[in-house]
Amino acid sequence: MSTELLIWLLPLPPLLAFFLIVLLTNRYKALSHSIAVGAALLSWLGSMVVFINAVRTEHLGANPIASVLNWLPTGDSWFQIGVRIDPLSAATLFFVAWTVLMIFIYSVGYHNYGQPQGDHDKKGLQPHGAIVADEHGHKHVVPSIEPMYSRFFAFIGLFAFGMYTLVVSDNLLTLFVGWEIMGLCSYLLIGFWYQKPTARAAMIKAFMTTRVGDVFMLLGIAYLYSSIDSLSYSEIFKPETLQKLAETPAIGGFLGLTAAGVIGILLFIGTVGKSAQWPLHVWLPDAMEGPTPVSAMIHAATMVSAGVYMVIRMFPLLQAGSEHGLLTPAMTLMTIIGAFTAIFAATIAVAQNDIKRVLAYSTISQLGYMIAALGIGAYVAAAFHLITHAFFKALLFLGSGSVIHGVVHGVLHTGEQVDPQNMFNMGGLRKKMPITFWTFVIGGFALSGFPLVTAGFWSKDEILADAFGHGHWVVFITLALAALLTAFYTMRQITLTFLGEPRTESAQHAQETPWTMTLPLVILAVFAVGIGWAGISESFPVIGGIIPNFVHEFIGGTLAELPEALPFNIWPLIVSLVVALGGLTLGWLVYRNQKAGAEDPLKIALGPIHTVLKNKYYFDEIYDTIFVRPAYWLADKFTNKFLDRGVIDGILHFIARIASNVGGILRNYFDKPVVNGFGDFVGEGVKKVGRSIKIIQTGRVQQYLLMALVLAFAAMFYFVFTFVGH
Amino acid sequence: MTPEQIIFLIVAIVTLVAGISVVTSRNLIHSALWLILSLFGIAVFYVLLDAGFFAVIQVIIYIGAIAILFIFAAMLTRRVMQDTGPQSNSNWWLGALIALLLLAGIAVVLVNWQGFTSLAPELINPSERINQLGLALVSPDQYVLPFELASVLLVAAMIGAIFVAGEKKQ
Amino acid sequence: MIPLSWYLIFAAILFCIGLYGVLVRKNAIAILMGIELMLNSVNINLIAFWRYRSADGIAGQAFAIIVFAVAAAEVAVGLALIISIYRRRSSVVADDMNLMKW
Repeated sequence: MSTELLIWLLPLPPLLAFFLIVLLTNRYKALSHSIAVGAALLSWLGSMVVFINAVRTEHLGANPIASVLNWLPTGDSWFQIGVRIDPLSAATLFFVAWTVLMIFIYSVGYHNYGQPQGDHDKKGLQPHGAIVADEHGHKHVVPSIEPMYSRFFAFIGLFAFGMYTLVVSDNLLTLFVGWEIMGLCSYLLIGFWYQKPTARAAMIKAFMTTRVGDVFMLLGIAYLYSSIDSLSYSEIFKPETLQKLAETPAIGGFLGLTAAGVIGILLFIGTVGKSAQWPLHVWLPDAMEGPTPVSAMIHAATMVSAGVYMVIRMFPLLQAGSEHGLLTPAMTLMTIIGAFTAIFAATIAVAQNDIKRVLAYSTISQLGYMIAALGIGAYVAAAFHLITHAFFKALLFLGSGSVIHGVVHGVLHTGEQVDPQNMFNMGGLRKKMPITFWTFVIGGFALSGFPLVTAGFWSKDEILADAFGHGHWVVFITLALAALLTAFYTMRQITLTFLGEPRTESAQHAQETPWTMTLPLVILAVFAVGIGWAGISESFPVIGGIIPNFVHEFIGGTLAELPEALPFNIWPLIVSLVVALGGLTLGWLVYRNQKAGAEDPLKIALGPIHTVLKNKYYFDEIYDTIFVRPAYWLADKFTNKFLDRGVIDGILHFIARIASNVGGILRNYFDKPVVNGFGDFVGEGVKKVGRSIKIIQTGRVQQYLLMALVLAFAAMFYFVFTFVGH
Repeated sequence: MTPEQIIFLIVAIVTLVAGISVVTSRNLIHSALWLILSLFGIAVFYVLLDAGFFAVIQVIIYIGAIAILFIFAAMLTRRVMQDTGPQSNSNWWLGALIALLLLAGIAVVLVNWQGFTSLAPELINPSERINQLGLALVSPDQYVLPFELASVLLVAAMIGAIFVAGEKKQ
Repeated sequence: MIPLSWYLIFAAILFCIGLYGVLVRKNAIAILMGIELMLNSVNINLIAFWRYRSADGIAGQAFAIIVFAVAAAEVAVGLALIISIYRRRSSVVADDMNLMKW
């Protein structure tokens, strides 16, 4: 089949999996996961074929593999939707397909397939474990299978459909459709264990916060459509269109911006929501309430990446109107928010104790990196970091899930009541869970930017080099500091979790997880190491030039003109080596002797600042006071009590009372006297007449005869005397 | 006054007095006996009307069977109805009035009819009457159908009477 | 000789006597006797009319024969009924037979 048709078909297998599982196979766990994993496999296969075709095409950026169809009739013409694989979407498709497949396989093991059903597991709560007796009669608790097993696979199937749709689409509308489907699935999956109050609160928070971003994005899309009557990329990125948008002032001369600027900012706000940038970052840490595969997929590899993907895609529009490398207002905004978020989230991550929270803030920080990179115009660097980050962040999250599983195993075994996700309850896990340990180390080093052998080094280095090379000093210093903090908290995490001695009984009894969980870790680790080597800058000392800079050539080809490769500069390299290695060492030094029950050394060092960091700068509390409580108050007092019950119900009750009264009047003054009276009158009348007449019927024959004869004579006499004359 | 007329008058008066006695007698058996007398009078009239066959029939059937049947019935139901008490029910005056009115009415109608005072024509063949009657009753052109129906009626009445009045087996 | 009118008046008087008996007598059997008188008067009428008006024909006589038969049948059935009623209710008073009363 042709590549275009294959691209159209890519989102379908997961969608089919969703419908099949929801409608038919919900009760059959093995069948459900087989359908889901099979669907992911099919889409992966198709994606690989498309990707290989894409890299073999010459000048893919200028002539992408595309296919459109007429969808909505709009007057004389049609609104068209279609698919488009240009270098950016080909690369995105690559990492999306791999991470989705790995996470699907991982989910089978994560939800304890093959384990017995829990003793008192309820749908909507995490499984608590089942008591099994071995052959000697010893009873011990083992992890139990997730009660809502199939539902999970259905939801992630729907999610995968949304992501594939977003990646292959060639216009903003279907991108937005995929965007929103993923928002829905994020809601459903964060609140997967819906009986937990914290999960319920988190799911609503996630949806609401991203909704804020989505509203602005929709405004941007609408403004764009009304300006140029099209939403498809090929239309938008024509030079004439971009020029026209860059020259038209925005509606109402909004802040002196051009139309392109306003549209760009509005679209960017969508990314702020979806990719959890400051100020809409508050939902992502709470989203850790969901199961770990959800965190890995949605909140590391794909959904939050979708925000960055969209803004990378829209880069020509954001850049429209800039002269010779000066940043447009939209780009400036992106840079500020991206850089600020990067350092902001990194500082918070340093003070978190929950293993998944650290990774959540890390994600926010790294996304800030990408957005800052795009803001300063480093298109290829941003895209490169997106790709590498997807792999190693997914790896880290899946690894953390594996760690939590191992500790939970220990918790169930010993019956200890400890939080299995708190790093201060772990320790020494490298001996108990070796595969998880090594893959986690690879991921963590990639995140920190460990030189040469990890992918993160190459992509982060490129961002720093770009910032340095174009003279954006503030950005450079901010990002470097953030990198230092990143390395520090990553090593903190690794040390607390895996190194040293176990700090609790549960950590003592932890156990490695099954192959369905460790295999994806290994595969992702391979990518976390190797993918960086596809983007080695040509001018890198010694090894530059051995492998062509595939990333730069390929992804850079998406833009109308290939961005120039910067000449190599030693300073950014030195800075990134120093921050990476320095941060790692510092983290190891501080935490290598952490004992059970001891205070966090950072807390002692920073004191009250640590409390502020731990409480995330109290942003949640601020938002609660400013936005959430007034909204609740408005909903309750105004809309509910006044409008709904007072006005609307009042009108209804009034109408009801009138109707009831009219009914009563009709009944009492018309129905009863007239209708009933008439009916009764007829009945009673007949009865009365009958009662009076029945006396005639005496039963005596002679009287009957007499009566008959009397009447006959009377009649006869009447007739005789009337006609007697004739 | 011819002898016929005198006989007529005497028999008429006897019959009528017997008739009145039938309907006013207190004793039921007396009523039945007065009925027999009145039926005899009717038979004499039949003779006067040159219908001798009918006179005989009258005596045999009416007096010999029907009046006897009356006496049987009176005897079978005797216990209740004794000779005491009035025989007429409370509306006797109305019955009498009706009867008189009817008589007056019939008389008025008859008087105005022009054949009222005609005399009897000569009989041509008196001895052939019975033959003629017998043939008329069985001839398909004449009155066989009423004859047959009358016989069916008699059978039905007989069966009915037996059934109705028969003792029910316990 | 005897004019037709004498027979007719006689029959009429006998008929009315019979009618009086039917309307007035209490005993059911006596009512049947009244009916017999009425039937006989009708027969006299028939034969008189035959003799005076159509003596050549035979219709009047045939009709009278039929009346005889009917009268006989009627008396038989009527008395059977009265006896049956007497057995059930021990009474032959016509006024007591009022089951068809309202």
